Amino acid sequence: MATKPTKQIIRPYGDRRDDGVVQLSFTLPVPLSEKAKEAAAVFARKMGFSDVKVAAAERAADTYTFFIVYARTQHSLDYAEIDVPEVVVKKLGFDDLNVLIKEKVGRRIVVFGACTGTDTHTVGIDAILNMKGYAGDYGLERYPWFEAFNLGSQVPNEELIKRAMARNADAILVSQVVTQRDVHKDNSRQFIDAAKAAGIHGKTLLLLGGPRVDLKLALELGFDVGFGPGTKPSDVANYIVHQVLQKEGKEDKNVHWEGEPK
Amino acid sequence: MPGPFIDDAQIARARKLAEDITEPIFELIRRNTTVSVERTVLRFFGISDAGAGGVPLANLMVDRLKAAGVLNKGAAYWYGRALQMGARSPMEAVERLTALPAEKLGPLSPEMERNLRDEVRAEARSAMDDFKSRIAQRDALRKELGSGAAPHKYVIVATGNIYDDVDQARAAAQAGADIIAVIRSTAQSLLDYVPHGATTEGYGGTYATQENFRIMREALDDESRKLKRYIQLTNYSSGLCMAEIAFAAAYERLDMLLNDAMYGILFRDINMRRTFIDQYFSRRICAQAGIIINTGEDNYITTADAYDAAHTVIASQFINESFARRAGLEDWQLGLGHSYEIDPYRADTLLLELSQAMLVRRCFPNAPLKYMPPTKHKETDIFFSHAYDVMADLVAIWTRQGIQLLGMMTEAMHTPLLADRYVALKAASYIHRAAAGIDEEFTVREDGKIANRAREVFGRAMELLEECQKDGMVAAIGRGHFGDVKRSETGGKGLEGVMEKAPDYFNPFQEMLEAP
Repeated sequence: MATKPTKQIIRPYGDRRDDGVVQLSFTLPVPLSEKAKEAAAVFARKMGFSDVKVAAAERAADTYTFFIVYARTQHSLDYAEIDVPEVVVKKLGFDDLNVLIKEKVGRRIVVFGACTGTDTHTVGIDAILNMKGYAGDYGLERYPWFEAFNLGSQVPNEELIKRAMARNADAILVSQVVTQRDVHKDNSRQFIDAAKAAGIHGKTLLLLGGPRVDLKLALELGFDVGFGPGTKPSDVANYIVHQVLQKEGKEDKNVHWEGEPK
Repeated sequence: MPGPFIDDAQIARARKLAEDITEPIFELIRRNTTVSVERTVLRFFGISDAGAGGVPLANLMVDRLKAAGVLNKGAAYWYGRALQMGARSPMEAVERLTALPAEKLGPLSPEMERNLRDEVRAEARSAMDDFKSRIAQRDALRKELGSGAAPHKYVIVATGNIYDDVDQARAAAQAGADIIAVIRSTAQSLLDYVPHGATTEGYGGTYATQENFRIMREALDDESRKLKRYIQLTNYSSGLCMAEIAFAAAYERLDMLLNDAMYGILFRDINMRRTFIDQYFSRRICAQAGIIINTGEDNYITTADAYDAAHTVIASQFINESFARRAGLEDWQLGLGHSYEIDPYRADTLLLELSQAMLVRRCFPNAPLKYMPPTKHKETDIFFSHAYDVMADLVAIWTRQGIQLLGMMTEAMHTPLLADRYVALKAASYIHRAAAGIDEEFTVREDGKIANRAREVFGRAMELLEECQKDGMVAAIGRGHFGDVKRSETGGKGLEGVMEKAPDYFNPFQEMLEAP
């Protein structure tokens, strides 16, 4: 038998292989009625679904109806063709990562973070930096081999950079939660301008995080990396350690690891 | 109610400690006034418009008086001087005062001074009558329509545009909300003025302005009549304009306000003295207006760990209560804040959360309390998130919370979608209906995890209160005892707006608000 790459056609899995079942919920700005339910079904069919079942049509308010819809998709994809750089290194846990820093970096890694600009929401930066961490994953303050400083909210970009430079930080974390009218992008651009003015752009690792942040956006804005929703402190910790090692020539630049932002 | 857990004498002792802690702060409050308090006085007189460039007239006038070094006599006094000079409108009063050279600002003859004060007092009384009639209108509608059963379900709108907020608020009311909060634009708390007029642009929320208050309350009055159920409206009397917001909100018939004696200090880095003085006057207004205040202790455990810092919430609630009572607020007006925030990956969290909520209920049996949903440990898995919120619904009904902020399943992602509110309201209504009276059915054992944890938290709260009493509030805040945030007495924003009152300081509204 030939061993050329086989196709791997997949569809969403409901309760049988390839049934293509998808669950949707949305609101239409019309009062609840039979007509509204049909409109929801039409909407789902327009999206390319078949076997549309409007499971729930709820009167969310006088002129708004909330729908829960199940439907089947005819679409499929070849999983073998999905091209994403694959995992090379296993993501390290708390203890292993501390050992790695101790043995290969040989000093504590200094990290500064803040919610900068007018943003008052520290939930993101706290989740990553505070002792406690997030979802059972310890924050960077807890790592003995990280020296983490959380400056809190509404910190001017320049202030964060100044404080980080004074401690010769390896990495700066900028958290942006509020996204109305793209204020997070404006403030992030201003951060990058300030980092360039201070001469640390391209030297100190600059990380952007927030619920509407992804790698693409962060790179566009001039950051080294971006972390979006669901990021655990250990993801950030792994990233920083590998980057520091690569910067110091102690690890090959092509090393990738599990949980690396893509 | 389940469990005493704590001796009455111990609770009385906590209350006494809080009284001792707030006492010295009132020395400071009696001696000083602030630009914000003085602007509030002018707003009471009807100076609520804005001049060129949208600068509020109250700011123009107060800044002018401050620059001339005479604001320490009280804005009401200078308002009287402007009237004596023949001003027939607030705008004219501002113009006359701002045009006056400094040497013309000296004292009048004793008789003229007396007459001036008498005239201003008379005008203040009529302004106060007008103010009270607005409150009476609100109370009449509230009484006529009645409210739903507690816990009152509280949801937020945060579009940035007051007219979009109205649509969302009406929809939320139709879906069963009892209280609508209009979230303020990010960082409004740091503005040393209240923006003017209806606004349609905001970041993360909508500017709190008197006109926005009016627009929303009018829409909710209309919706309340349709639903035959009074829908309450709340906003934020915090930051650098606590008292002005309290006045504008009361005048526009709002029902509640976020108003905390320490929140601005800790979480917005507003100067301590400024906050203590402003909170007092704002609370005097709330007391008069029958506004329920919501305090912000829940914020402590979004920065500090909810399990480790549980006692700071209790200690702060006693302190907030003492500040509130000294400002004339009654127990039914105290929406003391706390929340369901313990890391859900710990064991026993339902018991721990019940313990904390029962302890708060035990300490403050007659206060409505304000219960906040989980936020810090929320996940983007909305199905888990929804289940997590439902547990908070259960604790809220079990411990008879008066005000319950509903968690949104998309908390960790975006401002709530219309459907998110609907789903939260439907689930909360179900839990409240299903578990009503559960506290009367189950007795909590005095030797179990719930009671032991409550005693442990209360014990640590007592230690903190003892320390605050011994070393003072200022030192305690300086050590980061509340919310893990450290602040100094002369640090933070807004200190330049604090000034010592002159011996002949005049504030007829304060006189009336403090009259027993």
